[in-house]
Amino acid sequence: MSVETEQHQSIVVRFAGDSGDGMQLTGTNFTLATALHGNDLSTFPDFPAEIRAPAGATFGVSAFQIYFGSEDVTTAGDAVEVLVAMNPAALITNLKNLVQGGLIIVDSGAFNAKNLAKAKYNSNPLEDGSLDGYKLLSIDISSQVIAAVEEFELGHKMALRCKNMWTLGLMFWLFDREKQSTIDMLQSKFASRPEIAGANIAALNAGYAFAETAELPSGIEVYKIPKAEQKPGTYRNMNGTTALAWGLLAGGQLAGLPILFASYPITPASNLLHTLAARKEFDVLTFQAEDEIAAVCAAVGASFAGSLGVTSSAGPGIALKMEAISLAVSAELPLVVVNTQRGGPSTGLPTKTEQSDLLQAVYGRHGDTPVPVIASSHPGDCFDTAIEAVRLATKYMTPVMLLSDGYIANASEPWLIPDINDYQPFPVKFHDQPEGFSPSLRDAETLARIWAKPGTAGLEHRVGGIEKSYETGDISYDPDNHQKMTDTRKAKIDNIADDIPLQEVAMGNNSGKLAVVGWGSTYGAIHQGVKRCLKEGLDVAHIHIRHLWPLPANLKELLSGYDKVLVPEMNTGQLVKVLRSEYLIDAHGCNKVSGQPFKINEIVHAIKAELE
Amino acid sequence: MNQAVEKLTIKDYSSDQEVRWCPGCGDYAILKTIQKLMPELDQPKENQVFVSGIGCSSRFPYYMNTYGFHTIHGRAPSIATGVKLANPELDVWVITGDGDALSIGGNHTMHALRRNVDLTMLLFNNEIYGLTKGQYSPTSKVGTRSPSTPEGSVDEPLSPCGIALGSGAPFIARSIDTEMKHLSAVITRAYEHKGASFVEILQNCPIYNDGIFESVKDKKIAADFRVEVEHGKPLVFGKESNKGIRLNRENLTLEVVTIGEDCPLEEVLVHDESNKAQAHLLAAMGGKDFPVAVGVLYYQPKAAYIDALFDQRIKVKEARGNGDINSLLRSGHTWEVA
Repeated sequence: MSVETEQHQSIVVRFAGDSGDGMQLTGTNFTLATALHGNDLSTFPDFPAEIRAPAGATFGVSAFQIYFGSEDVTTAGDAVEVLVAMNPAALITNLKNLVQGGLIIVDSGAFNAKNLAKAKYNSNPLEDGSLDGYKLLSIDISSQVIAAVEEFELGHKMALRCKNMWTLGLMFWLFDREKQSTIDMLQSKFASRPEIAGANIAALNAGYAFAETAELPSGIEVYKIPKAEQKPGTYRNMNGTTALAWGLLAGGQLAGLPILFASYPITPASNLLHTLAARKEFDVLTFQAEDEIAAVCAAVGASFAGSLGVTSSAGPGIALKMEAISLAVSAELPLVVVNTQRGGPSTGLPTKTEQSDLLQAVYGRHGDTPVPVIASSHPGDCFDTAIEAVRLATKYMTPVMLLSDGYIANASEPWLIPDINDYQPFPVKFHDQPEGFSPSLRDAETLARIWAKPGTAGLEHRVGGIEKSYETGDISYDPDNHQKMTDTRKAKIDNIADDIPLQEVAMGNNSGKLAVVGWGSTYGAIHQGVKRCLKEGLDVAHIHIRHLWPLPANLKELLSGYDKVLVPEMNTGQLVKVLRSEYLIDAHGCNKVSGQPFKINEIVHAIKAELE
Repeated sequence: MNQAVEKLTIKDYSSDQEVRWCPGCGDYAILKTIQKLMPELDQPKENQVFVSGIGCSSRFPYYMNTYGFHTIHGRAPSIATGVKLANPELDVWVITGDGDALSIGGNHTMHALRRNVDLTMLLFNNEIYGLTKGQYSPTSKVGTRSPSTPEGSVDEPLSPCGIALGSGAPFIARSIDTEMKHLSAVITRAYEHKGASFVEILQNCPIYNDGIFESVKDKKIAADFRVEVEHGKPLVFGKESNKGIRLNRENLTLEVVTIGEDCPLEEVLVHDESNKAQAHLLAAMGGKDFPVAVGVLYYQPKAAYIDALFDQRIKVKEARGNGDINSLLRSGHTWEVA
């Protein structure tokens, strides 16, 4: 192939194949090589709920999208420019996202009659001219792979499983990436099975060599994506789940507390349990409970006993936990509840993303049970929000709702690694003085109840879900006391507004025509959308809220400085409802519930419509 | 400090809260028994934690001058598991009832026993929902008339000890609220067992289900209606101590025999705590044909859950050293941007 190069500032690449084709592994390795190359990037793994759907089926297509470039990249991109389709089903389900003139790379060996029929193609799109509007690189990858790994004598089926690495090799050449990081990964992943490692590496090298030497159709060139300007320092690729898990470990250390992480498997939250279960060198114990309720209850029990109880789930599981969360509100015990939100209601879209549990987090319990609610806005941010959740839970003796979602949980980005020594510790002080002791004692400033843990002599006491006397902590049915306790629990949470940063404007002016207010994983799309509009000279600003309850003390005043407020959310309008009800402002929603993140263009259109 | 620590008394274990069960409730007797036996256990008072769910029995922790957590309906075994996981030094007690442990909290009871979490679970079985004013419970006999079953209940009750056996609990016993000596001995053994201990306590509700255990409690007739099982001893009962339980080896069922009449003493079944099949047969006794078995029905200790869990952690820490956040953040692939 003649080495021509195509200059792009940024590009969107999407790998798509059968759910057993290894597209997630391919994407992850392409991501690492891209990060090492020096591009900024953002990824979007998009996979079905079925673990191994029937081969060739459209509903079994698994995809991995990556947006990378020389500018700050905060979304996985709008329109795909390079599509890798390992079979007809992958092509038919992903073609609509490809820009006209975009590049399609296909394994022509998988475009047989059987697979075409499964994808409901009446004729072969590689031959019938229907792809004429695109650049097409059609290679019989299946045959190439079989030949490349022949010496390892894996058998036909196992040999074909190296297709993804062959394709990755080709992509590495096409995008001028180093393949060493993938070779290292394969050697470590298959350390105990050298023939598998060898075959995959041979396939990777063969794909790379094929691209280098073969005569490829004209118009297909090496993509040169300039490096991004990045702050100096040590970086790693970080996904939201790992960042959140490590943030909890860090939070535990900053609080000086062991953690009991109690959870029940649920998509897309289970990886948090797996990540922490593999970290027994830290003071974290993981407990896979018999159900969601048992998980939160074990966490509450652990907090009662002097550990930090943490539980985690997605929306349906959080619904089951609510009674126990209310117990922790009543008993005034710390608890961190992580909700990795997914498409709802009910089973909904378990592997897709949504932000439809905000109202559940803020209001969704019985009785008057205010709790702080925090949301992560991008993968690396999960590290800091997890620490903040631990800080608030232990300082205020309260459950804290920490919202992530399926998109941030699985997406990854280059992350400037922080130094834990730069974080201010917030050590917990257990009460240990028998003199004048009562379980109802409070910190005068924070209103937090004291934490007296079992095992401390002289502090034996009882707590429970029945209303307690403000003075003694004993059971009390007194009407005035219930009023006072309810008011105190509310005041304690309201006070947190003075202990969190004032709301800042992420981009744009501190007042003007339009504020675009977001929360959670829509950060990237809103950021890019506002940026484009600012470039066009529009009067717009981006405000992104991390502390959703209580809201930052200055937010009302800040929003009053704009003529209009637009709230894009992946739900039917939840934050907009909270803002309208709290501030009596005429905020408008911009809503999307397709299970897919916002595209930058959708935000741009909404901003323009609002300004018209 | 060589001073001998003054021995605690029943008063030290009584909280300052006024006990609020109905007059004549069996819970009073159980409370007294436990408050009295606690000093005998000779363990630090601050290490005793009583966790309960919801129901009449679940008010129990308020009356013990120890650590206590009155939680939510059915979930005490899960909360107690969390307490024990957080601090294995604590002695964790679960106080529950038939509705709490076997209806709304059945799943948690089953799994706490299955895991063999080191808990002492005391189930006060009065075969009725007391606190919600008398509805029939999962242990109520068929035909129980209650506000929710005015014509009598039609569904079969379950057996608490049978559930515990099926769940794999290594210590299972049954006793009676007012039999202080027997109850005290059974609970002491349950406490001393390291692992999940399950004790069903037959408890009278004088308001909604009065007298259902009268035949096993009434001193005049109880000897004919209950058999006190003891490891290694023949299952003999009756006012004259002339009745026995024999295993019919043909069809693997139990039968009541009269010793010296239709059966020699040597043929009477000898209680073997470690025999699970036998425990199932004993747990199921009762009704009109059999006496109710009380005492330790089954005891076969095995590795406790939390010990195994902590062993894993110790091994990982030995191999990797204590976790360091900064090293963790920099593990795997990293790169420098100048």
